[in-house]
Amino acid sequence: MSNSKSNFMTWLDHRLPVTNAYEKHMSKYYAPRNLNFWYVFGLLATLVFANQILTGIWLTMSYVPSADEAFRSVEYIMRDVEMGWLIRYMHSTGASAFFIVVYLHMFRGIMYGSYQKPRELIWLFGCLIYLVLMAEGFMGYVLPWGQMSYWGAQVIISLFGAIPVIGDGLAEWIRGDFLISTITLNRFFALHVIALPLVLALLIVLHILALHEVGSNNPDGVDIKKHMDEYGRPLDGIPFHPYYTLGKLPMIIIFLMVFSGVVFFFPEMDGKFLEYANFEPANALKTPENIHPVWYFGAYYAILRAIDFSILGIDAKLLGVCLMGAAIALLFILPWLDRSPVKSWRYKGMYSKVAIVVFAIAFMVLTWLGIQPATGLNNLLSKIFTLIYFAFFLLMPFYSKYEKTKPVPERVPEK
Amino acid sequence: MKKLFLSLILSVTPLVALAAGPSVELDSIDTDISDKASLQRGLQTYMNYCMACHSLEYGRYNRVAADLDIPEEIFAENLIFTDAAIGSLMENSMSRQDGADWFGAAPPDLTLVARVRGEDWLYSYMRGFYQDDSRPMGVNNSVFENVGMPHVLMELQGLCAEAPTPVSERRFDPLTGNLMTSGGCENYAVEGSQTKAEYDETIYDLVNFLEYMGEPFAADRERIGWMVFAFLAVFLVIGQLLYRELWKDIH
Amino acid sequence: MTQDGVNKGRRRFLYIATGAMGAVGAVGVATPFVRSWFPSEKAKAIGAPVTVDISRLEPGEMRITEWRGKPIFIVRRTEEAIANLSSEELIDNLADPQSEVVSQQPEYAQNTVRSRSEDLLVIEGVCTHLGCSPQFIPSVEPQSFDADWTGGFFCPCHGSRFDMAGRVYRGMPAPTNLVVPPHMIQGSMLTIGEDSA
Repeated sequence: MSNSKSNFMTWLDHRLPVTNAYEKHMSKYYAPRNLNFWYVFGLLATLVFANQILTGIWLTMSYVPSADEAFRSVEYIMRDVEMGWLIRYMHSTGASAFFIVVYLHMFRGIMYGSYQKPRELIWLFGCLIYLVLMAEGFMGYVLPWGQMSYWGAQVIISLFGAIPVIGDGLAEWIRGDFLISTITLNRFFALHVIALPLVLALLIVLHILALHEVGSNNPDGVDIKKHMDEYGRPLDGIPFHPYYTLGKLPMIIIFLMVFSGVVFFFPEMDGKFLEYANFEPANALKTPENIHPVWYFGAYYAILRAIDFSILGIDAKLLGVCLMGAAIALLFILPWLDRSPVKSWRYKGMYSKVAIVVFAIAFMVLTWLGIQPATGLNNLLSKIFTLIYFAFFLLMPFYSKYEKTKPVPERVPEK
Repeated sequence: MKKLFLSLILSVTPLVALAAGPSVELDSIDTDISDKASLQRGLQTYMNYCMACHSLEYGRYNRVAADLDIPEEIFAENLIFTDAAIGSLMENSMSRQDGADWFGAAPPDLTLVARVRGEDWLYSYMRGFYQDDSRPMGVNNSVFENVGMPHVLMELQGLCAEAPTPVSERRFDPLTGNLMTSGGCENYAVEGSQTKAEYDETIYDLVNFLEYMGEPFAADRERIGWMVFAFLAVFLVIGQLLYRELWKDIH
Repeated sequence: MTQDGVNKGRRRFLYIATGAMGAVGAVGVATPFVRSWFPSEKAKAIGAPVTVDISRLEPGEMRITEWRGKPIFIVRRTEEAIANLSSEELIDNLADPQSEVVSQQPEYAQNTVRSRSEDLLVIEGVCTHLGCSPQFIPSVEPQSFDADWTGGFFCPCHGSRFDMAGRVYRGMPAPTNLVVPPHMIQGSMLTIGEDSA
């Protein structure tokens, strides 16, 4: 595509910047040469997104969004539609896989300070993607209309009822009914299959455009644009394509192996990806034992449940909802909480390193606690780890500012 | 980095051990949906004893016939007790209202019961009925307390006089160390036509069949899974070679 | 970064191998999506063969039943109607009197009467022109559209005419004879959708 452009490409390029876009985003987008395996998860998230869109479109072809037919239509897909079970399992596994890769992608950002100046906007778009993804996942989980779908929706929508004055009216407005019914299901269906995927796609485009404007960060937090060769190419940069596309094939295939392993051998994933109670049709008169949201909301649900006391006359329910909201909101302001002069934790001080590890542990433990029954011990653990979660963010302006950092090299260090 | 990752995992592991176990101890079985003979026996038991109250309304007769290697004509003649066509859903004629009136709660559809309850629960439940005259049906269940369902398989098992214990819960005399009970039903109030071992076998087949009904495509799923793995394994080798080839440019 | 000393042949081979594997993978992924569009078990169950009792169908009468969403015309022809099917006069006016277009009937109905038994006609009531359902006009009397009408089917949409065996007249908008669906007769029971038990 370099010198001997075909006539067709010349014709096309005069009308649509195809070659230009290909060079800008692929063959002449220079990424640091020291990107490690943590940098594959963005690519994988895009792959999972494509999987969700494709399988999702196919599922809507046979799914019926009505309280009477939804559960039956899912079983129809699983049994009567040829290979429908595979499409459905790809979608249900894809939902969990999406969150796994997104969590790892976000953790990468935290480890290497990828949210820091000048990449704040990339991080913000990413947080928005995560937020929309949570709404998407929640509404998608309601659609099969099993017991967990119904009661999960019941609990989550009731959270809005905690808001003073307007709460009850708001919950009713979201349901469009006095209980969760076909009306609710229909609007969730519309949002899940049309509205939110469109918003997600748009945000993903913005996320990538913003990234390609400033360029990728790297595990050393070195700015590769400081040292260019005579053609204006970063000395420590390599073209994204083919080195980080085809060159990442082994990682992508390993991911596909894990993904296929779940789809073909453990589609329920021990009741985490597809919960056992959700194989029972929704029944408004019978609450299943241990109702909880799907695992990927576990951390926030654990934070919500950790609050069983009131402060300053604010009751526990409202306080829990506020804290849960705050837990998500803190992610958004992360770029302004980190006062460290260096990006990557490789050059940060001991406090930051410990904080990041402890935070990761706290998040995993909270996720796990969120899907466990609310026993006394679990409740105590939830409180402790909620405290750690918040401490990580709220203390960051102090520990990141006053700790001793190591000097960041000018160039990407040779291994 | 690897050490860090490992430490993250290790630090969470002990917590998993704190997870609450099931409230009732269950006997454990391993179902095998490739055992067609067992599935056929389970199907027969189901159609004869369960189908009148519990439909399998997400499944179709012809699918079961094909998967269990039963010719359609033989299936239609011997195992369909309604006038349903061979291709129709496995529904029964009991209305939900009648069911609720007769048993206190409508007998649920059981197509997916194995996915909801699990094989161990079903196996223990079906072997857990015992005499209890305080209950409307005269029976109670050691796994599902105050269940509304009568003991439909009483003519096979008989009726246990007291709540049976799980087989796994063997009890020994504290003084002599002799085995006191091997679990299961010890005393029968009513004798059945099958021995204890035969009845256990009947229930194993029944649960096996329900396991199959929950996911009739499970065998396909795993077969295709291995093919996908074989493909990905070859692709991985080529991908790795290409990766090494490309990255020669960089060092 | 340098491409000196690169074994171009090896690299090209690996690109091609990767491309080939990718293509195989794409076909594999496409498989469930394509296959899911074939008629589902539910559709097959609804489209299963239909059995009708024809013992009370009198000569000259037609009964309409439904199979796979199409009207199926079942006609018991009178002796006169059967005799008329092989009259020279009629045959001269038909486009395909010997039912030579194979797609329009099963092998066992490729005869003058286009049926398994002489008296019983089983055809799909769907005009081969644009899919309207023809009217059954068995009486042998002049019609507004044909002064020499000897009984048969008339499509009200575009005026196609068919005889008592569903054979299309010459010069009609409809290109071929009406379709004879697979069917079998067992005593007084007619099954549509199956050739043999």
